Amino acid sequence: MSDSLNASPAIEFRHVSYRVNGSGDAGRELLHDLNLDVQRGETLVLLGRSGSGKTTTLKLINHLLTPSEGEIRVEARPTREWDVIRLRRMIGYVIQEVGLFPHFTVERNIGLVPRIENWPADRIAKRVRELLTLVGLPPEIASRYPRELSGGQRQRVGVARALAADPPILLMDEPFGALDPITRAELQREFLGLQKRLQKTVVFVTHDLREALLLGTRIALMEAGRLVTVQTAEEFPTCAEPLAAAYKNAFGSGA
Amino acid sequence: MNLWQFMLQNHTEVLELTLEHLWLVGISTLLAVLVGIPLGILITRWPVLNKPVLGGANIIQTIPSLALFGFLLPAPWIGARADRLAILALTLYALLPLIRNTYTGIRGVDPAVVEAGRGMGLTDRQLLFQVELPLALGVIIAGVRVATVISVGLATIAAAIGAGGLGEYIFRGLAMVNNQVILAGAIPAAVMALLADVSLGWLEKRLSPH
Repeated sequence: MSDSLNASPAIEFRHVSYRVNGSGDAGRELLHDLNLDVQRGETLVLLGRSGSGKTTTLKLINHLLTPSEGEIRVEARPTREWDVIRLRRMIGYVIQEVGLFPHFTVERNIGLVPRIENWPADRIAKRVRELLTLVGLPPEIASRYPRELSGGQRQRVGVARALAADPPILLMDEPFGALDPITRAELQREFLGLQKRLQKTVVFVTHDLREALLLGTRIALMEAGRLVTVQTAEEFPTCAEPLAAAYKNAFGSGA
Repeated sequence: MNLWQFMLQNHTEVLELTLEHLWLVGISTLLAVLVGIPLGILITRWPVLNKPVLGGANIIQTIPSLALFGFLLPAPWIGARADRLAILALTLYALLPLIRNTYTGIRGVDPAVVEAGRGMGLTDRQLLFQVELPLALGVIIAGVRVATVISVGLATIAAAIGAGGLGEYIFRGLAMVNNQVILAGAIPAAVMALLADVSLGWLEKRLSPH
């Protein structure tokens, strides 16, 4: 990749709107005229409450949803022009419910994308071991089934699975939301360590301001389908934007 | 002479009719599986076909079996041989449980699992064969079980049009007003249905997701 390409944003949103149930003015608009860039190697947090459009924004990146208007570009190419399967295989996807395949062992879960990408078996086995260590799980866990794991362990496997084919981009939709506070704090810390090491481009959805300030390089505040403001994590606490202030108040002085 | 003696004495015929019966049930269930499961998969992919397909299978189910056998009699190739007609009718009746169970089995897979699979870049075929079908298998086998047990009972009517099977004894016994003969047909059929139910039930448990 040339230097100029490296400088361009990994993901770009240009005048993106998303409507459900009907076209034109008939449908319900979940996203309105979104313009946003995600820089390579940053952790962009999409912060907002339910209905703010943050999950919709995330799913537009890996084409699980298609925009009603506007264009999303990944690696400088519009998502419409990408082969959807290729696009998704270079984007790791982690969701709150985890969605591990219950009929596969941990090893087969993590190794699924490498397997369908036809990696040789020994390379897959090696990668699975590497990833288990990376997410802090013991190697013995490889032969266990998801139903035998705790919530924290499952989500670690979920993250390992998303990282298996070493995608440059990671999408995470409230990944730690269903965990107890202690496990959540653990995984947040580990995520920070992981990011420092791997330097992926991460888009992270959350409604938790503390999590956003802890994990984000920049925070994009969303409300009712619109982007309100984008601030760095350092600037956010002192931002004058009324909604940001409301958020801070909701989370108390601890934020 | 009692029933047991009667069956021993006529054991050749009992065996012959039992095998005929198995043949009718076996072929029709197999055909229903080959048509019904793909149809069930189809309507999960094209929900617009849901109503016509399930509706059609439902309507077939409501036609009284004897009447269905009667309707199909004049049909060209099918009506020419009684066993072909019986097999077609039995296949049609077995379709609804198979289509419906395939549909609900696939729909019943945890949506988070399907979303994760799609988001990871699984093609639709990979998602179907590696994730959805294995997880839906228990429910699908339950559909096969229901279809088979119904078929065993329904196949007794096949004798009314001369297609053979254990129904022969039942109809003969009715005509002769001889309970023994009736039971000689009914009991093996009941045992067959029970065995099918138990063995497919065991298979269903083994293949259901953990």
